Order: sequence, then C-alpha cells, then structure tokens
Amino acid sequence: MAFFFAQFLTGLANASSLFLVASGLSLIFGVTRIVNFAHGSFYMLGAFVGITLMNVLPGTVGFWGAILLTGLAVGAIGAFVEMVVLRPIYRAPELFQLVATFGVILVIQDLALMIWGAQDRMGPRAPGLRGVWRIFGEPVPKYDLVMIAITPFILFALWYLITKTRVGVLVRAATQDREMVGALGVNQAWLFTGVFALGSALAGWGGALQLPKGGADLLMDFNIIGSVFVVVVIGGMGSLPGAFIAAVLISVLNVFGVTYLPQSTLVLMFVVMAVVLIIRPYGLLGREEVAGEHGQVGAPETPIRPYGRLGQTLVGVLLLALVALPLVVDQFMLILLIDMVVFALFAASLHFILGTGGLVSFGHAAFFGGGAYAAALLVYHLNTPMEIAFLFAPFAAGLLALGIGWFCIRLSGVYFAMLTLAFSQLVWSMAYQWRGLTRGDDGLVNIWPSSWLSDTIPFYYFTLAFGIGGILVLRHIIHAPFGYALRAGRDSPRQAEAMGIHVKRIQHTAFGLAGLMAGLAGGIFVFSKGSVFPTELEIGASFDALIVVFLGGVKTLAGGVVGAGFLTVIEDWLTRLEYWRLLLGLVIIAVVIIAPEGIVGTLRSRWAKLRGHNEEVVK
Amino acid sequence: MLSVEGIHSYYGKAHILNDLSFRIGRGEVVALLGRNGAGKSTTLKSVMQLVRPRSGRVVFQDSDLVGAPAFRVAKSGIGYVPEDRRIFTDLTVMENLEVGRQPRRDGAPVWTVEQLFEIFPNLAERRGNRGKHMSGGEQQMLTIARTLMGNPLLLLLDEPSEGIAPVIVEQMAQTILKLKAEGLTVVISEQNLHFARVVADRAIIIEGGEKKFDGSFAELEAHPEIRDAYLSV
Ligand SMILES: Nc1ncnc2c1ncn2[C@@H]1O[C@H](COP(=O)(O)OP(=O)(O)OP(=O)(O)O)[C@@H](O)[C@H]1O
Ligand SMILES: [Mg+2]
Repeated sequence: MAFFFAQFLTGLANASSLFLVASGLSLIFGVTRIVNFAHGSFYMLGAFVGITLMNVLPGTVGFWGAILLTGLAVGAIGAFVEMVVLRPIYRAPELFQLVATFGVILVIQDLALMIWGAQDRMGPRAPGLRGVWRIFGEPVPKYDLVMIAITPFILFALWYLITKTRVGVLVRAATQDREMVGALGVNQAWLFTGVFALGSALAGWGGALQLPKGGADLLMDFNIIGSVFVVVVIGGMGSLPGAFIAAVLISVLNVFGVTYLPQSTLVLMFVVMAVVLIIRPYGLLGREEVAGEHGQVGAPETPIRPYGRLGQTLVGVLLLALVALPLVVDQFMLILLIDMVVFALFAASLHFILGTGGLVSFGHAAFFGGGAYAAALLVYHLNTPMEIAFLFAPFAAGLLALGIGWFCIRLSGVYFAMLTLAFSQLVWSMAYQWRGLTRGDDGLVNIWPSSWLSDTIPFYYFTLAFGIGGILVLRHIIHAPFGYALRAGRDSPRQAEAMGIHVKRIQHTAFGLAGLMAGLAGGIFVFSKGSVFPTELEIGASFDALIVVFLGGVKTLAGGVVGAGFLTVIEDWLTRLEYWRLLLGLVIIAVVIIAPEGIVGTLRSRWAKLRGHNEEVVK
Repeated sequence: MLSVEGIHSYYGKAHILNDLSFRIGRGEVVALLGRNGAGKSTTLKSVMQLVRPRSGRVVFQDSDLVGAPAFRVAKSGIGYVPEDRRIFTDLTVMENLEVGRQPRRDGAPVWTVEQLFEIFPNLAERRGNRGKHMSGGEQQMLTIARTLMGNPLLLLLDEPSEGIAPVIVEQMAQTILKLKAEGLTVVISEQNLHFARVVADRAIIIEGGEKKFDGSFAELEAHPEIRDAYLSV
C-alpha cells in the first residue's frame, strides 16, 4: 500500500512538468489555432538554458531564480519565433503552419547542438532538497514533493489569468473570434505574441523544473512532443483542467508501467489515449472543434487536370530515360535512383491523402516503416521467401492504416494531424521496445532479396516496376470517380454528404490506400537496404515525407515526385554539412513564407502568369 | 467626419463595391439602404478595413484608413456592430463588455457599464450569463453595448433590426435616437425602410455596389420610382 502511494506521488511529480508543457501548447492553440510542433523544442531549450543558468547562479536562490529566468528567456525566444515565423502565415492553410513550426524544430536542434554540444547533461540537484522524506516508510525524493506542491499553484495562477483578468478575457474572446476582437480595438498581433510567449515560457519552465529529476539532451524535443500530444488529445484541446487530469493520468500510469510492465511503458499511454478517444473523440474535457478556418492544405485546385499532350510526352520520355539509364550510369547512381523512386512513392502516397484527401497526416512513416518491418519480420523470424514477404508489406501497412484510420478519421484538422503523429509514435515505440520481436534499436538485418534480384540492375528494374507502378496507380485513382469523391469531401464535406458521398468512409478507404502504398515503398526499401531500424518510424521520417510533398507543392502529384528527387539529392549533399538541419530548417521556413505553393506549384503559377491566364483585374 | 472616396472592394475576384463615395457629417444619423446583396455590409466592412478596398480612400478625421489593421480603425474612434452579431458566446455579458472597453476619447460620449445597463435593462439582469444563453434580441443589444464600451465617435450598425421581434425593434429605434441625442454619429445599414425613416436624417441607397441615391427621406418620398427600383418594400 505504502509502495503504491509512493509510486503515485512519483507519478504526480512527473505530471507537473508534463502539465506545464501541455498547458502551454493548449493555450497557444486556443488563441492562434496553430499546433506548435516546435513546442517540444522550447521544452528542450528550457532544460539547456536552465542548466547553464543554474551553473552560473549559486545556492537555493540561484536555483529557483534560474528556473524563473529560464521561463522568461524561453518566452522571449518564443515571442521572437512568433513574430518572425508565424506572423506572416496566420492566414495560411494549416499544413503550412505545421511545416513552418517543423522548420523551427530543425533550427533549434542545430542551435542547441552548436551551443551546448552533443553530450547529454545531468541536471543539477536542487539545493536543500537532495534527500528523501519517508512517507509510510517509503522514500520519496524531497524534490518530488516540492513539485507536487508547486503544480496546484501553477494551475491556479493560469486559471486566474485566464478567467479573472482582462488579458484572459481577451484571450478567450480571441479563441472564439479573433477578427471581432480586432474590430473592437484590440491589437491581436500583440495578443498573439503574448500568448505564444507565455506558452513557450511554460514549456521552458517545464524543461527547467524537471532538471533535478532528469537532464538535458538533444532528443528531448521529439520525446516530449509525443507525450504532450497524447496529454492534449486525452484532456481535450484548449482545456487546462483537461490537460492537468491527462498529465496526471499519463504520468501515474507511466510510473506503474515501469514497475509492472517495463516492456510496454511507451505503448501504455497510447492504449489509454485510444480508449479515451473511443469514448470521447474530443478528449475528456474537450469540445468538438471545426477544422481550420483557412482550410487545411490551401485553396481548392482546378477540378480536373490531366496532362496535356506535351506533359504526357515528357513523362513518357522520362520513363524511357529511367529504363535506359542502367546502360549508361554506374552502380552508385542506380542505388541513389532506387532511393529516389522509393522515396517518391512514399511521398506520392502521402500526397494522395494530404493533397487529394485534404487530411494532414503527420505520422505517415508508420506505414512506410510498418511495411518494411512487416516484410522484415517474416523474413527474419520465419524465413519467408522474399516475394511473399514483399507482398505482405503493403498488405500489412494497409491494414495498419485502416486500423489507425478508424480512430483518426473521426477527427479533422489539427486533431487529425496530432493523432496520426501520436499513433506513429505508438508504432515506433513497439518497434523500439518490443525487443523480443523487433530487436529494438539493433534493428532487423540480413533482409536480402531473392537471388534473381540480388544484383543492382535487376533490383533497379524491380523498383521501377513497383515504384513507378504505384505512383501511376495513385495518379489513376486521383482522376477516377473515387478521387473526385475524395476531393469533394475535402473541399465541401457538407455538399458531398448531400450528394450521397459517405465522406468519412471514402476518407478511411483513402487513408488505408495511402498506407498500403507507403507500405509498398517500405517493402522495396527494406530489401534494397537489407535491414530496417526503428529510425524509419521516427517522427523525423514522417516529416521528411511531409517536407518533400510540401517543397514540391501540395497541389500536384508531380510535386511530391519532384520534391522526393530534390530532397534525395539535396540530403545526400546536405547531410555532409555539420549543421544541415539549421540550413534545411531555414529553407523550409523561407519556402513557407515566400513560396507557399512549393516548387512545382510556384513554377506552375509563374508559367500560368506568363501565359496571361492568371491575371487579376485590378484597377 | 467620414468621407468615403471612390472605393472598390472585392471578395477574391468578385467585384462588389464599384466606385462608391459618400460623406457623413458629425452628429448625423445616416441609413444605408439596399436590397439583399446590394453591398451594404461590404461597405461597412470596407470602412472598418475588415474588407480592404483595392482602391479609393476612406478618410476619417483627416486620415486615410485604407490598409490600416481593423484594431487601428477601432482605436481611431469607429465602433462596428456586425450584422451576424458575433458576440463571444462563451463569455458572460460582463466579459463581452470588457472586450469592447477602450479608454475614453475626446469629443465622444463616454459610456460606463452602469449607463449601458440603463439603456439596455435586459443586459443588467443577465450580466453573469454566457452569451450563448441569450435570446436573439438580447444578443443584438449586447453587441451594441459592447461596441459602445469603446466610446466611439462614429457607430456603424449593420442591420440592427434584423431577426428581432417588433417590440424590440421599437426599443432599438428609441435606443438609436438616444445615442443620437448623446451626440454620436451613426451609419445604419437597413432593409427596413420604416425603421430607417424613424431613426435616420438621410438615406443613401446602394444597388450592385453603386450609389443610386443620396438625400433626405423627403426627397426619397418625392421619388417613389427610386424606392420601387432599389428597395424591396
Ligand atoms: N465573404 C464573402 N465572399 C464572397 N462574396 C461575398 C461575401 N460576402 C458577401 N458576398 C457577396 O457580396 C455581395 C454584397 O454582399 P453584402 O453582404 O455586402 O450585401 P448586403 O447589402 O449587406 O446584403 P444583406 O441585406 O443580405 O445583408 C453579395 O452579392 C454577396 O453574395
Ligand atoms: Mg448585410
């Protein structure tokens, strides 16, 4: 009993920093309607800045002063990010905002690496709170109890700010109708900056407060963001009490999980999330939300746009060139081309669900990696012939997508994005923690193709056949009645329903199909590399595909393909640089702000403008 | 006080206001009349910069507002009451009023919560209620009261009589006359000619985003063909 209670206290203590981060995210979302994917980065900054300050400032006062200052510093950084990156894109579609915040993640990762180096840091102990107190005979760290004591004050302070002050009233009003708040004479720009700064500060405090229990490392940003999304989704977006309850729930569960189910600590919270979502799709204390007011992926494209004669010829020539290439190029080039085709199919499958379906999936790597793992597991454990294992990859990924889709499709907009990300983290954590099956981060190795494909040239043709074949199938579907129905559901769900289209079912099917194609790409991938590791399932992998689709242009399938080629080449070159994330992040942010239609999209509108199609009549 | 000079406003590519010009003098109450879709709301939004005119000027007290953010327009002394009310339904009456509160302004009537409760007694009774639990008429009063909390010099009212019971329309007319007596300048967009005639000194008729008539109600009465052509009676 006493042991249970002590465990419970540890959970409560862990909850406090999770709650701080989650409440910041919730607050920012409530007002700006932006899900700040970079929120974990502010948490990480909080940890690093906190350590630095604690080393400078001595004693108890120094320790707590450092925590206080950390929040202020991170808040100031948040304000800067808001003004530079987000302000220009508040009116942009959700996807752009999400991608921009991802650019911020990359930039902060590299800046942290530059400033603090790659080593993990231990957090300093809180002065005067080093030991334990005994509660019913069980040792409980003093610092834990202090954190438990602090949390209610923070909750109260936030509650007071939001419900009792003018700023709080304005924030709540802006959550509902920002334009009207502006029309009543409130400068929303500052309101937004203020809220963003406060939210970031909360994340920074969260990072600094957990220091004595943990430390600082460069993976903290992605590690926390999954949990924070789970907390926010369980608690209900925009609800502070909800975030608190969910943070406690997850943290306590986690502590007991470590004791009783050490193999599945990571999976546990996703199971809880799934259960909550089945019962309450908008979280414990959340309310139904409408999708983003500016659309998720941009203005509707022109309805049907098959290639003209010229376009078809170009694509034909390109295909022929790809087929003829092995005659002229060396093996290294072929391997690069295989990577490109695999990536292009992966990106095309994401483009399908994102561009045509209008569903911003942030966890698409789950299906790519899921397919790769499905094939690899068969080969590794059962010695299944490569051909069968390969075909199993898309099949398994498709089923996985249908399963995950069942939960996610019910929500839309940023909820959908967060949920897909959370589920992909679930798949990742299974691959990572279920060592008996997946060998964890040792990965599954020696997954080679059958002998008839073991040379590079046959495998290249194999890749071409399935990779390009998959892309063409997707393209065909986009221009088939199913594709039109999917678009109708994206552009005007109500009208589509009225026309007898079962929008959610169509979207669910499309999600499954996108998963299947991603799995196909994963299947080719695993046999081309001969191995698969949990990294293929990481958030970063999902983001790679998103960035490709985004850089290429959301509105064109060709965009995804061009983007994939571009990124494969660029990445090969870029990753040789030390601070490539910083560069890539800056490029992404710049593209979002300057060329929001992506490479192909921007070229297309330039072209159209040149031909005088797009002229607007402005007097 | 307000001079709109040759504005052209668009929604995307749809050209809505076409070279619209008019002037409003200090202390005047002017009715903006026209059928559904004539462009009345767009005109008010164009003054407010909620819709940016692509050309032309909106001069208020010697400064051009075109291109300014809406909050600046509000701060310069223009209060806006939208046609769809847009009260903050999750906020209480008091909180809604708080959002509208601005410092007092030279030359404009000053409003306190207590004064507003005198004009709108219903609101006083419901001060702790959330916006979503109020009737349409009460919501309409709340939007007006909320805007008055900004102590505006000029009030833009978009169809205040729409969708509320006749008794309340009557009350609304009395209220507007009271505001006029306080020295407030008011532009009302209306379809209800009778209501407009009760409260306004002058009528401006627009149709298809163009001005078709600008003059007193006496003049309007003298030309029934104008009324028949541009207003649905
Ligand atoms: N957000 C919008 N997007 C596109 N077109 C719009 C939008 N709002 C209004 N319009 C169009 O602009 C025109 C003028 O609309 P406006 O709302 O100004 O008319 P109104 O005179 O206020 O009509 P009502 O009496 O019905 O309120 C109409 O043809 C309308 O369809
Ligand atoms: Mg109107």
